[in-house]
Amino acid sequence: MELIYLLFILVLSVFLGFALISKVPPLLHTPLMSEANAICGIIIIGALIAAGAEAESPLTIFLGTSAVALATFNVVGGYLVTERMLKMFKKSGSTKK
Amino acid sequence: MTSEFITNFVYIISSVLFAFGLKLLGSPVTARKGNILSSVGMFLAIAATLASGHIISFQWILIGIAIGSILGALVAFRAAMTQMPEMIALLHGCGALASVFVDWTAYHVHGAPDIVNAITLLISIVIGGLTFTGSAIAWGKLSEKLSGKPLQFTGQQIVNILLIGTIAVLGVMFVMDPTRYDLFLIILGLSLVFGIFLVLAIGGADMPVVISVLNSYSGVVACTTGFVIHNTLLIVVGALVGANGIILSIIMCKAMNRSLGNVIFGGFGAVKKKSGDTTKKDAKPMSVEDAYLILEAAKSVVIIPGYGLAVAQAQHAVNELSKALENNGCDVKFAIHPVAGRMPGHMNVLLAEASIPYDQLMEMEAINPIMETVDVSIIIGANDVVNPAARHDKSSPIYGMPIIDADKARTVFVLKRSMATGFAGVENELFYFENTRMIFGDAKQTVQALVAEFKSSH
Repeated sequence: MELIYLLFILVLSVFLGFALISKVPPLLHTPLMSEANAICGIIIIGALIAAGAEAESPLTIFLGTSAVALATFNVVGGYLVTERMLKMFKKSGSTKK
Repeated sequence: MTSEFITNFVYIISSVLFAFGLKLLGSPVTARKGNILSSVGMFLAIAATLASGHIISFQWILIGIAIGSILGALVAFRAAMTQMPEMIALLHGCGALASVFVDWTAYHVHGAPDIVNAITLLISIVIGGLTFTGSAIAWGKLSEKLSGKPLQFTGQQIVNILLIGTIAVLGVMFVMDPTRYDLFLIILGLSLVFGIFLVLAIGGADMPVVISVLNSYSGVVACTTGFVIHNTLLIVVGALVGANGIILSIIMCKAMNRSLGNVIFGGFGAVKKKSGDTTKKDAKPMSVEDAYLILEAAKSVVIIPGYGLAVAQAQHAVNELSKALENNGCDVKFAIHPVAGRMPGHMNVLLAEASIPYDQLMEMEAINPIMETVDVSIIIGANDVVNPAARHDKSSPIYGMPIIDADKARTVFVLKRSMATGFAGVENELFYFENTRMIFGDAKQTVQALVAEFKSSH
């Protein structure tokens, strides 16, 4: 049954998430959150399927296109702002002239 | 069949890249590489989906991607580091709304073919709806477009319970008969309203928790949408993001010594004014010149920043002071309380922006054991997070909250505008300690004056 197989993936992913994220130091918690926003933009693949299917009605066109725009906003905004923040973290020595 | 296989295979590669990206975020040295790996994973997933054969028309997709990319890049480059919490709230909201739209499209086109689908669809639109409006309100509060005060009215609890009850009843009816499009829309509408009520009632000081909880919800929504459209990659990523939000929420709650339920349903308004302790003590003010003489002789200094430092825009001035002290042979560290900023890790970003090296930024747990060996602790714009009452005064509203032991340093400098109380409205006994000296005035000007003293004597 497909549901069991999806739940199986879910449970293991939750464990993976806890294991990975508890290792991130508080120093980087803000970039961590913007990174999470960026990967949460993965909803874009659902949005692409919604927007790219044969148009059923103006409603589905509107919903699909908006979903693509919103998810792209998350992906682009999330990754760029994470990069901007991480670029600022420097070790002592590298900042002194 | 084979194209389905290839798409799913690429999704596995993407999940691995996302996981590696998060792993590399474990150290500031590798973090940027992690971010790039993660974005490669995203690119692959998008490319594989576009090539999967499910996509028939590209016209609307291109329009959507163009709009999203332009707005995303604009916001990402223009947001100031002090505005990061608002930016994150905005991203939470957009992600949740995108998920709701995907759910809606799936329902509009395919309906809900079985009971599992109906249940996941229901959970998805309820959490998605309240996350969207909740994030919008959080964005408004953080950007000060809305009042930061918790907005509560009498009977609010009853209204909330009624809302939850109605959503639950309608939800059961929807699951029994998933063809009821009207129920779908009403439930979505009520969830949107519920999100507004939920976050309006929470005060500005609790926003670090709210942001973390909403982060978790945005992951849960991606996950449930994955169940609705049977997409494994959405489930994996949703679970990762959900776990992230939960961990950060727990850390923030511990740092404020409050339970999650207390933050969401309590409000912070109820501080009892204590009149028992009326013995007037005197705080000892000190001039910048005298403070310089003490700092000049100090061998180790710990600077404890609070959000007041960011409000006074004093980050760069503090960096200059830190450099001046180091040139004088002094060891300088920054002690960062988990709730020093407006969201998890915010203060670290603000100090990093002012080119303060990250190895000088110490966590509370790391700095407290060595506070007794420190010559001078300088408190800039922080208050409740250094209040010793949290350790011993059971009647204090902040009792039990973990604090930075600033008082254990030989001398404590407090840079402050006046004797006003902090967020929690609690009197800070540290200001009256024997070893405490108050330096009144604007934080930025005081720090600049100290730097000038160092410069003129060298």
